[in-house]
Amino acid sequence: MEFRDEVSIVLGGAAGQGIQTVEEILTHALKKSGYHVYANKEYMSRVRGGMNTTEIRVSAKRVRAFVRRIDILVPFKQGVLGWVDDRLSKDTVVLGEKENVEESFLGRINLVEVPLTKMALETGSQLYINTTSAGLIVGLFHGDFRAVEEYIRKRFGSKGESIVRKNIEAAKKGYDLGVKLCEDETIRVNVKKDEVVRDEILLTGTEAVGIGALAGGMDFLSFYPMSPSTGVSTFAAQHAEEFGIIVEQVEDEISAINMALGAWFAGARAMVSTSGGGFALMSEALSLAGMAENPVVIHLAQRPGPATGLPTRTMQGDLNLVLHAGHGDFPRIILAPGSLEEAFYLSAEAFNLADKYQAPVIILTDQYFVDTYYNLPAPDVSKVKFERYIVEAKPGYRRYELTENGISPRAVPGYGEEVVIGNGNEHDEWGDITEDAELTVKMQEKRAVKKLETIKRDAPLPKLIGNENAEYLVVSWGSTLHVVEEAIEKLGSEKVAHLHFSWVYPLNPEAKKFFEGKKVIVVENNVTGQFADLLWKELGVKADHRVLKYDGRPFSVEEVLDALKGVVE
Amino acid sequence: MNVQLPTGRELFEPKRPGSEDIAWCPGCGNFGIRNILISALAELGLKPSEVAIISGIGQAAKMPHYVNANGYHTLHGRAIPIATGVKAANPSLTVIAEGGDGDMYAEGGNHLLHAIRRNPDITLLIHDNQIYGLTKGQASPTTMKGVKTPTQPWGVFEEPFNPLALAIALDASFVARTFMGYFKESVEIIKKAIKHKGLAIVDILHPCVSFNKVNTYAWYREHTYWMEDHDPQDREAAFRRAIETDPLPLGVFYVSEKPAFEEMVPAYRRDKTPLWKRTPKLRLVQRFFEGKRA
Repeated sequence: MEFRDEVSIVLGGAAGQGIQTVEEILTHALKKSGYHVYANKEYMSRVRGGMNTTEIRVSAKRVRAFVRRIDILVPFKQGVLGWVDDRLSKDTVVLGEKENVEESFLGRINLVEVPLTKMALETGSQLYINTTSAGLIVGLFHGDFRAVEEYIRKRFGSKGESIVRKNIEAAKKGYDLGVKLCEDETIRVNVKKDEVVRDEILLTGTEAVGIGALAGGMDFLSFYPMSPSTGVSTFAAQHAEEFGIIVEQVEDEISAINMALGAWFAGARAMVSTSGGGFALMSEALSLAGMAENPVVIHLAQRPGPATGLPTRTMQGDLNLVLHAGHGDFPRIILAPGSLEEAFYLSAEAFNLADKYQAPVIILTDQYFVDTYYNLPAPDVSKVKFERYIVEAKPGYRRYELTENGISPRAVPGYGEEVVIGNGNEHDEWGDITEDAELTVKMQEKRAVKKLETIKRDAPLPKLIGNENAEYLVVSWGSTLHVVEEAIEKLGSEKVAHLHFSWVYPLNPEAKKFFEGKKVIVVENNVTGQFADLLWKELGVKADHRVLKYDGRPFSVEEVLDALKGVVE
Repeated sequence: MNVQLPTGRELFEPKRPGSEDIAWCPGCGNFGIRNILISALAELGLKPSEVAIISGIGQAAKMPHYVNANGYHTLHGRAIPIATGVKAANPSLTVIAEGGDGDMYAEGGNHLLHAIRRNPDITLLIHDNQIYGLTKGQASPTTMKGVKTPTQPWGVFEEPFNPLALAIALDASFVARTFMGYFKESVEIIKKAIKHKGLAIVDILHPCVSFNKVNTYAWYREHTYWMEDHDPQDREAAFRRAIETDPLPLGVFYVSEKPAFEEMVPAYRRDKTPLWKRTPKLRLVQRFFEGKRA
């Protein structure tokens, strides 16, 4: 069996078996060896057992999206083949031990038996099976074994030299076997290296949001753990000492967002990280942020709902929630990064936007996005702009001064001799309670009309990729960017162009021009087409076709390609 | 009452348009609490710009409009987490979280429990009139058993909430109770609470002249006493005092010195600058990316 240019490897096993270790060693070592890598995982909501799989694409070209196709499958327990049955083909190679293959599959799959357990035991314990497997796959690629060694040192260094040595030994056994399998042409892997990769970085969606927030000056994060958003809070906590910030796990999401509002009120740059259910608890405070014009940044990593839904799976199902959450009318900004670069720059920019417009800014990701990683050139940190909009409270200062663009100068307590009054009640310009009808009208219009219009005018346009004169326009938002991009590339039709939205709300009215005369296909990871509805409501654009997926799994390139072929051809 | 008012009080009198229109009922205990608070702030020599009063919702929570200091009139029950965030962002501010018994003990009950654990350096002033005023006379968590209200016409049968016993059980940093009818003593207690490093809880008894016909000015005078030979370091003694119901003890029940939240967070270990004056550490971001090459 031969694989050219690109290989899709899937590792499958139970939670707690250490697949993640294999994945980490592999992606780091292969990237270090000069291959483009992409990885994503799907896992069950449990700590031990069940069935988890990880896909790793290794390629001569840049790869950033999920494919259904499995070229090499490494099962670590019985049941893996059944779990991924619909992704197997006659060309799939199953690499591993016969005991891990269900009987019903024997004889109809290409099984390359490798005695992983025996090899691990030779090193001293079955525990080494993970490093042996990682070594095996790196060996198939003739990858750089020093990179495997280096990563093992980094990963297991704290456990002592003996553990490190044993793991390297185990990996080397696997590596040698991998090289041999390739040389005796059992499995031929022929993927060219790309020199640029070595100098690039490997990043996850979680890290991209976390480091982006830190680059934006996040100095306070309060949270209550909830999958799949917890990674960002963990990331922040692990960097809290280094960056000198506050990260506090609190009693509930209500406290989390209110604490963040307090921190912003006193001038900090605070963020909360949560998922749909947690955000639902925050909606009262979101409304306060709207009324009191209290900036706040919210990272919401979506998972399928309603209620607990599928806690560890993915969906773009909370767009309507973030669009409409909170009683009363007030503006908000919704960003949904499509690439890791965007996640970095937008998460940083979110803090400037919140500061400038004094409104909630929501960064909408999902399980698929936060758990995705691939190699990319390091973002240019010098492009991150730090924009503050704090004024000194001089005598006569009015927190809610009526202005043409709906934005009042924001002072913070303790800066200047005048006091600052924030208020969740309807208020006058000073921040004191009012029940005056005329003033109520002015304040309602200030927030929900003037400020909203200001934000709309400033809102960046979506990104058009491809032919301006195409007949079909495929629309994506957030995490589906790369999968749609690759599907369109594979489709290779001049008739199709791609329009991607990373700034989701409010939409700049000028965005309408992209749709004129086009047949519109909206691709979304939810059951109703929430973004397609938003396009209709905001721009009067009607989606001719909705390509929807809502089984809790991300789109694969093949699925989008098939759907587009169905429409276009 | 003939009271000698301290100098500096004038600073805390708001002079914004409409400041003279106070939304409390004539004779309301909240007027007394306002006087006590302004006097305490003035006696401590604070300036309005150094103080932030974060309130929830209810009649008590209107305080930021009647005291000239930074203020934030927020949501029902949420004053504590918001005040925690304010203090964390700028520890040089004197932060007071203020609200009524419904605000702090019902809607905000969970935040109270965890604020005691977290111990931010803020002062909680709870206007405890044992009834809901602004929503017109329903029972509050501290309403006494048997009291009949429009929504409990059969009389309250739930056990009243005991904030002091609860706080002492959780080893709260500072626990006190006063009755606003005792002006001088109340000013002293609030000054102590503000000066105390860590979470200071002051349950302030006061009458609701419109809806609470049981706990009147006279009732509070008859049913309270000042603790005299009490050692606030003695947690067991404090707890015994806290579970007394009639008469109710007044004074500082319990003091437990411990580090405040702001002293524990990494943000201020090397750098005391309030968060709003800081800039992003882009050099560290750059270093993070360099590490990701390996």
